Amino acid sequence: MASEIIAINEFAGGGQSVGEWLHGWVTTVDHKRLGILYILFSVFFLVIGGIEATIMRIQLMVPHNHFVSPEVFNRMFTMHGTTMIFFVAMPVLFGFGTYLIPLMIGARDMAFPRLNALSFWLTAFGGLLLYFSFIGGNGLYGAGNAPDVGWFAYAPLTSRAFSVGHSTDFWTLALLISGIGSIGTAVNFITTIITMRCPGMTLGKMPLLAWMNLVTAGMVILAVSPLTAAQIMLCFDRYLGAHFFDTQAGGSAVLWMHFFWIFGHPEVYILILPSFAFASEIIPVFSRKPIFGYPIMVAATVMIGFISMSVWAHHMFAIGMSSYGNTFFTITSMLISIPTGIKIFNWIGTMWGGKIRFKAPMLFCVAFLFQFLIAGLTGIMLAASPFNWQLTGSYFVVAHFHYVIVGAILFTLFGAFYYWYPKMTGRMYNETLARWHFWLFVIGFHLTFDFMHIPGLLGMPRRIYTYEPGRGWEFWNLLVTIGTFVQGIAVLIFVGNLLWSMFRGPVAGNDPWDAWTLEWSTTSPPPDYNFATIPVVESRRPLWDLKHPEDPDWKYE
Amino acid sequence: MKCSEQTRSRASNILGIAFLLGGFLIAATVCAADSAGPSQIPNIFKPDSTPADSIFRLSKLVLVITSIIFVVVFSLIAYATAKFRKSDADDGSEPPQVYGSNQVELAWTVIPGLIVLVLFLATARVILSVQDAPKPPGAIEVIAVGHQYWWEYRYPELGVVTANELHVPVSDPQHPTPTFITLLSADTDHSFWVPRLAGKTDLIPNHPNHTWIDPHEAGLFLGQCAQYCGVQHAKMLLRVYVDSAADFDAWVQGQKRVAATNDAAAEGRHIFESTACINCHAVSGTVADGHFGPDLTHLMSRDTIAAGAALNTRENLRAWIQSPDSIKPGSLMPAMKLNDHDLDALTAYLETLR
Repeated sequence: MASEIIAINEFAGGGQSVGEWLHGWVTTVDHKRLGILYILFSVFFLVIGGIEATIMRIQLMVPHNHFVSPEVFNRMFTMHGTTMIFFVAMPVLFGFGTYLIPLMIGARDMAFPRLNALSFWLTAFGGLLLYFSFIGGNGLYGAGNAPDVGWFAYAPLTSRAFSVGHSTDFWTLALLISGIGSIGTAVNFITTIITMRCPGMTLGKMPLLAWMNLVTAGMVILAVSPLTAAQIMLCFDRYLGAHFFDTQAGGSAVLWMHFFWIFGHPEVYILILPSFAFASEIIPVFSRKPIFGYPIMVAATVMIGFISMSVWAHHMFAIGMSSYGNTFFTITSMLISIPTGIKIFNWIGTMWGGKIRFKAPMLFCVAFLFQFLIAGLTGIMLAASPFNWQLTGSYFVVAHFHYVIVGAILFTLFGAFYYWYPKMTGRMYNETLARWHFWLFVIGFHLTFDFMHIPGLLGMPRRIYTYEPGRGWEFWNLLVTIGTFVQGIAVLIFVGNLLWSMFRGPVAGNDPWDAWTLEWSTTSPPPDYNFATIPVVESRRPLWDLKHPEDPDWKYE
Repeated sequence: MKCSEQTRSRASNILGIAFLLGGFLIAATVCAADSAGPSQIPNIFKPDSTPADSIFRLSKLVLVITSIIFVVVFSLIAYATAKFRKSDADDGSEPPQVYGSNQVELAWTVIPGLIVLVLFLATARVILSVQDAPKPPGAIEVIAVGHQYWWEYRYPELGVVTANELHVPVSDPQHPTPTFITLLSADTDHSFWVPRLAGKTDLIPNHPNHTWIDPHEAGLFLGQCAQYCGVQHAKMLLRVYVDSAADFDAWVQGQKRVAATNDAAAEGRHIFESTACINCHAVSGTVADGHFGPDLTHLMSRDTIAAGAALNTRENLRAWIQSPDSIKPGSLMPAMKLNDHDLDALTAYLETLR
């Protein structure tokens, strides 16, 4: 009953005026509220980015289609990519991290609560600035509105000679601002995890989610900084007469590529590690076994963090690097498959011999295992640089990275939404609707992204607003578009389920999954201060020890 | 409980079927594309030139190894999810708590390591053989310049300049005459990709690149720009005509002739030479010496206009001059806004440029 009242207070502002309620959310420095703000912000932009994807897929449904003009199509793929990476994937993962890390390490808040709020609002205003370009981006002679340079904005297309008006400036400034927010969050995560763990929680007893977010945060600092620097250099090029990337004055287009991908490839791992973190929490609980090989999982995470800093130029195999350069980036890119493979095997090892309960969070994680396997294998194909010369820049590579970002990251995210929903809201979601969401999304995902590989093998490059008939691409593109709509319906069911369950879902209780980490020891939703008394832990699964005093974990770890 | 049981078995069934179906369809497409026309489908698995063929052979090895990994790991996941589900008759007790095994961890670290080593060595061989291939004495040299949104081709040794349709000779393995292409860009990044002849190589301003092809049979090979280069990236199409040795020589001789003159088209020629056409286009032997657009000296020897976006017919030429946006919106050629009479005369003149 008590948790129900807190739930109502948290979301509906019972007893407060609307002004007080809004003021509470806008000025909050509570990590739980900021986490939820991040998540809501991301879901909003997920829907927008999804609409942009749908517009592209309608245009590509048949060859020589006239649904949108080439200019609009180019804006759509630029905005879709930029939105999904910077204003959906990163903030939603930061949101879960911000919400969960203090709870899982037994702390009352982040190390720097005000920095936490600043980081969120920088990200939020970065997103709004990017979208303001649709109305504010008109520049010289009305050229352009939203950015149309592609999400990696290769020079010299971004120079003023080729990008008149201000659309590129909105892109640059939006990423610059949200990038500073990301660095702030990373600093906060690292400090919190290093300094604020509860008594007894050594690094070796920390939940894997915290470990993986710690490595991610380190990578954010290393990877986002060069991107931020490059954005400033681009601003200098465009307005202060610099020539870093201005090829017409001796600048280097290749320099931008290096700057972008030294950010861009670690970025993939910045997104996938938190998704691994969700799987590493959900799979053990629903298999009723501890994670298999905890120290190896930590080591593999750290290895991925290191190796991912040395693979960036595999995005550039076709730019004419020397054969030695191509060879180096081939071996580093292939090496990273080893720690990644270790993780897959450890998740299978966790399920092996367990008693698996297939609730929605686990369904999404099992689908993730299958799909991430395929994404990894197409990744090996792309790492073999000669094969890459055929595959890069084609629809094959688009299918590959959507397999990673949707098939792996979004699937574990959906799992995480369902897993922690009762903790965040105090209410249980509707399992039947969640299953409808799962099955429709699985079908839509495979229709879209399995078949998207094929036109790539048949020579279809990415980023074309239309294509010639008679090249064997029509049928596959039609299937891909149909799949998009199935996915869209599934996402609507997901959003509907979350909204409906917030008011009508049964009260969840503190620990609906019979789980083992500290967030389940407090009320749902947790009070402002998280824990009335700071917990003391003796093992990686403190709640297991409480529930099984006759067979505690600390005897074996 | 019954319900979740059914869902679980449906889960593995449907997933399994979906993946098998996907694999089958990919295989079917590749075979189907094989039996289709000679070169209309730019299938990377139907190579016709040494670089593409080396890649194809490497890709077969990679596909076999990844398929084996797929079958093994897929089976493990499917088995684990099917076998270790909570059963109907479960007593609610917790399963044995297993924390890990160093032997097993070592095995699944070392075995992938060995696979990576094999893949890497096979890959490194192909990188060196394709990228560092020596240029034989009989090689044809071409300079390809990427423009927004068309291709300029220069044959410095043969004295030929053309656009959008690259002609190269068949390379006989006994007397190889490969074509070595230097890739430059006049503006933004582009990428040269004819999937059946070679992998892609980018054209980057201030960063000259190189690629080579040695097509084994005559025919038309299609491709297109594969690096986003601006509004009309989609219609920057590539056409490579592989000619027999005799046909190639004849084509070169044709291209080296100065522009045809024809009194019947004098009026059109006058319009051409007195409007903005000559700012961007060149016709040898006339005052037209522009370089922003394609060389038109032998325009009618080409099958297409607008970088492959339209067939080279009188109607299309006329439409293109009047309003390029009607064929290729966003093209950098301005609409010439001529009256009907001048437009007909100009089109007639262009049709004499054989």
